[in-house]
Amino acid sequence: MTAGTALRSPNFIVGAALSALFLAAALVSLLWTPFDIARLDIANKLQAPSARHWFGTDHFGRDVLSMIMVGARNSIAIALIAVGIGMAVGIPLGLLAAARRGLIDEAVMRINDLVFAFPALLMAIMITAVFGPGAVNAIVAIGIFNIPVFARLTRGAALTLWTRDYILAARVAGKGPVLISVEHILPNILNLLIVQGTIQFSLGVLAEAGLSYVGLGAQPPLTSWGRMLNEAQTMFSFAPHLALFPGFAIVLTVLGLNLMGDGLRDLLDPRLARSRVA
Amino acid sequence: MAAYLLSRLASLAVTLVVASLVIFIVIEVVPGDPAAFMLGLNAAPDTVAALRAQLGLDAPAPARYVAWVTGLLSGDFGISYTYRVPVADLIGDRLWVSLPLTLYALALSCLIAFPVGILAAARRGGPADAAVMGATQIGIAVPNFWFAMLLVLAFAVGLRWFSAGGFPGWEDGFWPAVKALTLPAIALALPQASILARVMRSSLIDTLHEDFMRTARAKGLTRWQALRRHALRNALIPVLTIIGLQFSFLLAGAIIIENVFFLPGLGRLAFQGIVQRDLIVVKSVVMLLVFAVITVTFLVDLAYAAADPRLRRRSGR
Repeated sequence: MTAGTALRSPNFIVGAALSALFLAAALVSLLWTPFDIARLDIANKLQAPSARHWFGTDHFGRDVLSMIMVGARNSIAIALIAVGIGMAVGIPLGLLAAARRGLIDEAVMRINDLVFAFPALLMAIMITAVFGPGAVNAIVAIGIFNIPVFARLTRGAALTLWTRDYILAARVAGKGPVLISVEHILPNILNLLIVQGTIQFSLGVLAEAGLSYVGLGAQPPLTSWGRMLNEAQTMFSFAPHLALFPGFAIVLTVLGLNLMGDGLRDLLDPRLARSRVA
Repeated sequence: MAAYLLSRLASLAVTLVVASLVIFIVIEVVPGDPAAFMLGLNAAPDTVAALRAQLGLDAPAPARYVAWVTGLLSGDFGISYTYRVPVADLIGDRLWVSLPLTLYALALSCLIAFPVGILAAARRGGPADAAVMGATQIGIAVPNFWFAMLLVLAFAVGLRWFSAGGFPGWEDGFWPAVKALTLPAIALALPQASILARVMRSSLIDTLHEDFMRTARAKGLTRWQALRRHALRNALIPVLTIIGLQFSFLLAGAIIIENVFFLPGLGRLAFQGIVQRDLIVVKSVVMLLVFAVITVTFLVDLAYAAADPRLRRRSGR
């Protein structure tokens, strides 16, 4: 894909721009934020947005814009690693199921069905409650539910490829199932996986926000968008900016990732353009 | 059809057994002794031991699993550690909040999604379609609990049309209860309606390309007549799947919304059970929700097979 073809999808441009904006905010926050969020400034607490504090200040007088930048880092990192877990476990499982068929295939698919049967959010809450609240356990809880998504997608796409002539040629040439899966199947389904990856990434941002909002995700002093909403909960009736800005950050990030996923799909595989719906 | 039904029933049973095992094992890992938790920090060790014996906690794990499952099957869900009342009664009470809330949200979701999705499909590529696609894209990106906070801010704090939370119960009359469930239902319905509208739109667009639609137009029906009489019914199948999924998602997924609005529903019961280490409640509520999800999926599959004989021969999904 070149820059020229990317311009054909307005979805992709808007989505990529939004995603890049928040990624940039997260990266910049590592080096610089407008204010130090570790320093409390009670004298200036709960200020409405102003020229000095664009997004206002919270109940400790911390700058909300700075907190959103630092929160971007944690929200994005948690969602990204959770997608990584889903891909790292799900893709090999899907490849294996497609290559071996038979009992292994059946077992992988039944386990998938089982994980799908559990209400994801409730299970994530249960897992974080059992192993203790915190960012790491939130990653694991979200990651587990990404595994069947990638396993199923990989298996389905790989199965159709296994019937192709060039795979038959590779088998005749003496390549084993592992080599074929890695050299021939995986590169051909990569587009599909990347598109699904952006979708799962956006779902991860939402899931992290939900978990942190009920107090089971990132713990203080770690800041995330969900945590900010959790802290805003008791104050948003008289300081609405505390709830508004982190919420906008979540909505725009998820929107950006979804648009980027849609745009990527249209660009990478025009045949799929009509089939995906939500 | 009988063979298909039997094989689906068998896999349903296996999934339920495995799910119950997973829930039991996860709960067994939970650190903390419920008996010690109930009695507080100053309890004598032999009192704790006596309570453990009374709760059946000193039995080996397989025996406790069998006792739990046989209890579930006979409607005996055990006694809650914290509330000291039968879990079945707790669930029964909470179901009267969660189930109406789910149905309310689902009805709202359909009410919004159907006309919007149909309009977008009928005017595909036009400004109405673009507006619907844009709005639903945003609807999907909005976290429902944040939307709930905005609703509270606008309609409870600002306009004072609704209360910010709580539930009066059905005893105080039908309308106060419905009113208390309205904001939560809207918050739950919006993201679901966005997804449903997109499914409706794309499914309808697919059927509009079918040959029978051209036939319908050729015999003199207008666009809208053909759409209403022929396309809509065919487009509904994928929409019904999503509605089935959304029902179970809403039943279990209302957990955060129930917390925002302080609604005494199943999700809040499970959440408080987790926080208070009331594991017997958590175990049974989660099992019930999983049972609901699996059963709804099963019924949707069955409805398909009844409607479309071709699906009965397919073993996998």
